[in-house]
Amino acid sequence: MAALGRAALLLALGLILYALVAGSFAAWRRRRRLALSAQNALLAAFPATLVAAIVLWVALGRRDLTLRYVAAHTSRDLPLGYALAGFWSGQEGSLLLWLLILTAYAALAVWLNRRTRELIAWVVPVLGLVATFFAFMLCFVSSPFDVAPAPADGAGMVPSLQNPYMLAHPPLLYLGYVGLTIPYAFAMGALLSRRTDERWIVATRRWTLAAWTFLGVGQLLGAHWAYVEIGWGGYYAWDPVENAALMPWLAATAFLHSVMIQEKRGMLKVWNVVLVTLAFCLSLFGTFLTRSGVINSIHSFSQSPIGGWFLGAIVVFVLLSVTLIYLRLPLLRARTKLESLVSREATFLYNNLLLVALCLTILWGVVYPLLSEAVRGETRSVSKPYYDFFLHTFGLPLLLLMGLGPLVAWRRASLRSLGRTFLVPLAAAVVTGGVLLALGFGSSWPGLLAYTFSAFVAASIVLEFARGRAATGSVVRLVRRNRRRYGGYVVHAAVVLLALGIAGSSAYQTQRESVLKPGQALTAAGYTLTYRSSAATRGPNYTGFRAAVDVSRGGSHVTTLHPGMNDYAIEGPSNEVSIYHDPRSLGDVFTSAQAVKGGSIDLKVFVKPLINLIWVAGLVFVAGSLIALWPDAVEERRLADRYAAAPA
Amino acid sequence: VTWAYVLAAALVLVAVVFVARPFLREPSPLSDRLDEPGSEERRRLELAEERDRSLAALKELEFDHRTGKVSDEDYRAQVGPLRRRAAEALRALEPREGSQRDHGSPDARRLS
Repeated sequence: MAALGRAALLLALGLILYALVAGSFAAWRRRRRLALSAQNALLAAFPATLVAAIVLWVALGRRDLTLRYVAAHTSRDLPLGYALAGFWSGQEGSLLLWLLILTAYAALAVWLNRRTRELIAWVVPVLGLVATFFAFMLCFVSSPFDVAPAPADGAGMVPSLQNPYMLAHPPLLYLGYVGLTIPYAFAMGALLSRRTDERWIVATRRWTLAAWTFLGVGQLLGAHWAYVEIGWGGYYAWDPVENAALMPWLAATAFLHSVMIQEKRGMLKVWNVVLVTLAFCLSLFGTFLTRSGVINSIHSFSQSPIGGWFLGAIVVFVLLSVTLIYLRLPLLRARTKLESLVSREATFLYNNLLLVALCLTILWGVVYPLLSEAVRGETRSVSKPYYDFFLHTFGLPLLLLMGLGPLVAWRRASLRSLGRTFLVPLAAAVVTGGVLLALGFGSSWPGLLAYTFSAFVAASIVLEFARGRAATGSVVRLVRRNRRRYGGYVVHAAVVLLALGIAGSSAYQTQRESVLKPGQALTAAGYTLTYRSSAATRGPNYTGFRAAVDVSRGGSHVTTLHPGMNDYAIEGPSNEVSIYHDPRSLGDVFTSAQAVKGGSIDLKVFVKPLINLIWVAGLVFVAGSLIALWPDAVEERRLADRYAAAPA
Repeated sequence: VTWAYVLAAALVLVAVVFVARPFLREPSPLSDRLDEPGSEERRRLELAEERDRSLAALKELEFDHRTGKVSDEDYRAQVGPLRRRAAEALRALEPREGSQRDHGSPDARRLS
């Protein structure tokens, strides 16, 4: 089995290397058959990688402990679903997942764009270069098919990974990370072929949006996973692994907005290729962060077999991209200028600056402790206050801009028309802010501002739909007429829900902790939690306990929660939280418990208002993205007409 | 292990044939040159993009005007230059696309 896996990976490397070398030569010397042959090599790399992936999955399913990777990430009593998910729980498997998704995407992108031969001829070697790096790593540096004498049992899977989210969260993140390679490859292909028209943007619109959606959903699933599994009462800790996914998402968000200015006004061509490069390099950096061991310590990074390779690859991609952009600057000059600082495109520009500033401050927060340890030998950490400060500084104006942007016309807007369009959202914001202030929400200014700005944005979105409906006669017709715009507004609505959920659950949460004997109670934000008893529990590969905690409000019983611990035979202990979702406040009563001697428990309680809006936001986000992604027949015809006479 | 090597060899064989396919299908083609757009074609694409951009901007302006986002004054100030730009792009495109479509295209008629 391992031999087949290794052979398939070597074959994939050979094909990808051929796509890189032959593809580059063919594009440079304008050789048609060689270019087609390089494309075929890239197409064939996917089935070859798939064979390797199937071999690993079969080995994981059969618990073939002769494979070091299988022995390190599964055990005989690990449920099958988690054993199969072991594919992406370790370094070697994650690299294989990267390559599998990349070759699948590359094959699809080549096939879909096979008629745009002149551009795709250069895209193939760029994709080949990225894929060569991963295939090389898998063949010679970090192979999932290394064999050793089988141990009596495997090391198992970390308890916190034994959660249904393990099946979906990592693959979704990888679909997003890897997806950003496609727009990057097309951008570089366009620069290499000197085709700096909009064709590369047209070809990658949906790729970028899909990758961005996968990254967004993946992060939300990860946040929910952390919330229900880790047991510390939060969902986002500004952990470098979490930031690793947030940074490319922010860069891609900026790109999705700025690319519209290029399409509508022919501006920001340089900025767009810089952003797409930044998003791609950050996705590589994210994989490097999570897989090199650099987060634990700079020293573990130097011991990691992949750390240096990854860092080298990132440096190479940054240097190549910057050089290429510099060489093509004359072709990227805009012919139009920003007409007014009060216009839709100007608000997009402000939004871009804030998004990139937020992204870079997060990057600095991640990199600074590593640099400090590497240069000075001092272990430093950048903690929550740093990130919170910049989230408030850049995030709150971003939220406000999200409401302002749609109200401002393209090119320029007069004060009179602005006054008319701003009236309703402004009134909604002022009334909301005033009422909340009177109700005592001034205890947290960032929270109050988030609620107030959210009211402004929500009102502006409702107003946009209402006015559009009045003009077109129906919401369906309105959305069909411009799916990207109205899909975007639905995504904005998701961000409003997200902002409300984050503000409510962080700025206005209540936290209590107490050691309780049976019959004793604690109160938190109007809830009374009474500890009744504890009982032992047993699962397929663990034993543990669950406490019974009655929750009441205003003297009425609401529910009984069962927080506790699991003790996994091989992997160790794990918190098992218990949560009550309050349908009235859209908030949660979150509990976790640890056993204390004499039948007592250490009960931790968080009351988190509006937190469920965060998860609802995920659904709305997907709906908005799907609306924007849905094919538009009129647009397709227009583009087909535009490129009809272009060389095939 | 033997069956694994046989399977691997079969995979390699299929891959090699697939990669060599363009050469097997056309052993001696009339032209092996990868097309690239000439300056005329590049100019046509630029104009087509400009045409689409101007027409989309006009459509957007009209919609924003109808929904009250753009005042009458702003609309009057912006619609003229946008129409001119779209018409210029269409006029410049027509001789190039004359062989492909009717000179009196719907877009041109709309702007005339």
